[in-house]
Amino acid sequence: MTTRIKDLNTAPNNVGKYLSTQGISRRGFLKFCTTMASMMAVSPTLLPQLVEALENAPRPSVIWLSFQECTGCTESLTRAHSPTVEGLIFDAISLDYHHTLQAASGEAAELAREEAMKAHWGKYLLVVDGSIPLGNPGFSTIAGMSNLDMLLEAAKGAAAIIAAGTCAAYGGIPKANPNPTGAVAVQDLIKDKPIINVPGCPPIPVVITGVLAHFLAFGLPELDSLGRPKAFYGQSIHDRCYRRPFYERGQFAETFDDEGAKQGWCLFKLGCKGPSTYNACATTKWNQGTSFPIESGHGCLGCSEPNFWDAGSFYKALSVPTGDLGKIAGYALAAGGIAGAAAGLLAQHKKGQAIKEHKIVTVNDLEKGNSA
Amino acid sequence: MSASLERGINAFKEHLDAPIAAFFSSCVHCGLCADACLFYTETGDLQYTPIHKLEPLRRIWEQEYTLLGILKKALGLSKPLTDKDLQDWQPLLYNSCTLCGRCSMVCPVGNDLVYMIRKAREGMSASGNAPAGMIGAAKRTVEIGSPMGVRLPALQAQAKHVEKDTGLHIPFDQVGAEYLVMLSSMEIMNYPEYLQAVAKIFKQAGKSWTLSSEAFEATNAGIQIGSSDIAREIVLRIVTAAEKLKVKTVISPECGHAYTAIRWEGANLVGRAFTFKVQHILEVLDELREQGLLKTQGFEEEKLTFHDPCQLVRRGGVIQQPRNLMNLIAHNFVEMNDHGKMNWCCGAGGGVSANEDADEIKMKAFNRKKIQLDELQVEGLVTACANCRIQLEAGLEEYEMELPVYGLTELLADHLVEDK
Amino acid sequence: MNGAEFLLWTRGTAFDIAFAVFVFGLILRFLEIFLLGRKPDLSAPRGSAMLGGVRTVFRRSLPADGNSFRRSSFTIVAGYVFHFGLLVSLLLLAPHIELFKSILGFGWFALPSPIVDFFTAMSLIALIAVLLHRITHPVLKFLSTPEDYLVWFVTFLPLLTGYMTFHHLFLPYPWLLGIHILSVELLLLLFPFTKLMHTFTLFIARWYNGAIAGRKGVES
Repeated sequence: MTTRIKDLNTAPNNVGKYLSTQGISRRGFLKFCTTMASMMAVSPTLLPQLVEALENAPRPSVIWLSFQECTGCTESLTRAHSPTVEGLIFDAISLDYHHTLQAASGEAAELAREEAMKAHWGKYLLVVDGSIPLGNPGFSTIAGMSNLDMLLEAAKGAAAIIAAGTCAAYGGIPKANPNPTGAVAVQDLIKDKPIINVPGCPPIPVVITGVLAHFLAFGLPELDSLGRPKAFYGQSIHDRCYRRPFYERGQFAETFDDEGAKQGWCLFKLGCKGPSTYNACATTKWNQGTSFPIESGHGCLGCSEPNFWDAGSFYKALSVPTGDLGKIAGYALAAGGIAGAAAGLLAQHKKGQAIKEHKIVTVNDLEKGNSA
Repeated sequence: MSASLERGINAFKEHLDAPIAAFFSSCVHCGLCADACLFYTETGDLQYTPIHKLEPLRRIWEQEYTLLGILKKALGLSKPLTDKDLQDWQPLLYNSCTLCGRCSMVCPVGNDLVYMIRKAREGMSASGNAPAGMIGAAKRTVEIGSPMGVRLPALQAQAKHVEKDTGLHIPFDQVGAEYLVMLSSMEIMNYPEYLQAVAKIFKQAGKSWTLSSEAFEATNAGIQIGSSDIAREIVLRIVTAAEKLKVKTVISPECGHAYTAIRWEGANLVGRAFTFKVQHILEVLDELREQGLLKTQGFEEEKLTFHDPCQLVRRGGVIQQPRNLMNLIAHNFVEMNDHGKMNWCCGAGGGVSANEDADEIKMKAFNRKKIQLDELQVEGLVTACANCRIQLEAGLEEYEMELPVYGLTELLADHLVEDK
Repeated sequence: MNGAEFLLWTRGTAFDIAFAVFVFGLILRFLEIFLLGRKPDLSAPRGSAMLGGVRTVFRRSLPADGNSFRRSSFTIVAGYVFHFGLLVSLLLLAPHIELFKSILGFGWFALPSPIVDFFTAMSLIALIAVLLHRITHPVLKFLSTPEDYLVWFVTFLPLLTGYMTFHHLFLPYPWLLGIHILSVELLLLLFPFTKLMHTFTLFIARWYNGAIAGRKGVES
């Protein structure tokens, strides 16, 4: 415990210096900056600024809280092979609390969190993965402290919050119908701090680090209406999908093993949610740029969108209603049949009545009133 | 008992049926029927748009026979039909509609508008909103026996004349004759040549025929005014006579609506299928021609055209027969620009000729025929309907056009090979 | 409500309601029409009512004759373009076919989307022309009721929003698609209770017209 605190105090206090003490060459650092700049669509002329800003950025203290989550987000980050850009940035921050990754455990771990909060009050960056259960505080606790209390306490002293992963950003799978724990997203609870949503199940590692880099160099990135950085979530998977031409031509795989699937045709009919999903998968790809789900033959699940788990079947086309239309049609047919039969019979009755009331018209009945 | 709004609405309710419900459900107000109606094209008056003429009938359909309409009526969102409405619609449903059925041919959703006008007139007549002239014609038909007031003695006198002129016998009440020949009073009064022609043709063909002293009038003012009860009364005379005389075929004369009345509405009015056939005289003549029993000589050298009576073509299906017959006797037979099932009405059918309120507008409507005739520059105009013929002659005079008008039957009779 | 929730709502609850009302209304209206009944025709037929009816169902898709076409050419041409474009965009776009497949259980071939896009644009232009015609032509102006304009609007809207969705105009895709689906739901809701019903009833109307004429030996 004390070593950690000491580390904090003696380590170089800006990113550039720290990286060099960690054996990261300037060449490696510039490469990282270039990659980030291109991902964030920063103008090349701004590259020197990014480099300078990153070099001189103070090493921020980061507190990482994990609530109702599966550790997939952390796994996603740490599975990356080194040396990676992701690794670089994690070396550049001072990760003071992360209960999966830290060596300390038990009371020592919690103490580290409290110390870091105290030491960097108002300046530390809070990263949250997982959703927060409101149904019962006991559903998810850490060291006897409910997720809600821990979040509220940690958020108070944070400079900004990064909601990493769809659970933290939008509630994710825990919040999925019927939401047994009453799970909510960070943004549902914290209203007075800047929150950057980095959704995805899990989020793309390089996107998390990119957001961190941007935060370090330029502060808060520009966000869209769902609180996501526009730089990474500005375009839909569909717009950037290499299978898009097949969509335009009307060439679709009908099953996962038909000729269309083998030809790499569009997966829209198999339920791909690419058109309604905003993320960078189709450009940055996964596993060091190896591929992304559509490239490996499966439609996009839309995992970085709110409510993705409840947005109808993963295998139903986006244009198809989610309800059981057969059943609805059945009920509507029956109801329409009954109402129609009733209306029709009423009409028949009226008509029959009119025929019954018909009085023979003679030539003497053709004039009004005055005729005989 | 007198006509009343209540009886009118009752009649609408009786006559509304599935086809009309489908028609009203389908109309999208495209306006194509206006371009097909000579009362609109020749006057430019918007209220003559055919579908607009059906507004009273549509309102009753909506208010009585659709769930939404019943709801709207209950909530006071739709106004009930008043006698004033029907009064206002009299010029639309009678004066400016000859039941010609051109609109029914062009409607893109397939609405048979004239089918609906015929039924709308049921409500109009029952509510006392038929024009006075047509009420008079209906009364004369029922009380005297013919809309023009022609009685049997007048026909007998005409028959005598024909017998004297031709030396042919005009048979009355011959039981077992093959054909019962019907006449329109216009043929008795204005065009006696018709009776003469029929006598000559049957003589040559060797067919037995007869007139009936109890039922000689074929026209049916009940159909025109739109009263099935009156129409039934009139048509029943013919049915009774035909059954009494045990004829095989009743021949509808050179008249349009008489054919519709007997051929198509008759059985439905009396409520049973006929035991005899009903044919238009042109159908009979064309059959005789086919059988070689109509022998003619010589050809008309004048440039002639044929005016199709609406009730014969569009509403009757007698389309090819007059053409076959024309070609039998005319070398220079030409067709009008719109002819056959798309021919333009003369402007006076469907009771318009009996309706003094329509005197002015029917002459305006005739302009459409004038345009057709001007394009052709013919020397003679042939038709097969006495009512058309009267209107054509009056129209030609009104528009100062010199053009003789002939009945096809008499024209044929003029070319019969004379017996020795 | 965010875009995803909105889209989900339009694909879920809203569609369920609109679809139920649509099916309910269709059946109601069909029964209302057919149960009104029709007297049998006792006159001796000259031709076949059935053949005449079937013939007119198809034949009425074309103008009656050249002269009738010339007299009403604008209405007819604009009507064709708009209806044809509407049918192509409704029936031959792959995502739409998936929708029909989910309801009917079978699908059919799709056209490449740029072609559908072209027809949609054509249809939109024709619809605007039709509207201008309606508010300027004396007969159409005279005949038109508020319902005619409402029906025009709810027909125009799905085409417009569909076009916007395809081109990702102005809003994020989930919003666009949701609005497009919602506009279709509006159409479905109003369909059975307005003259939009002509889509189906015109076949009934044509059949009756053709049958009446066919029985008399007239080709209508």
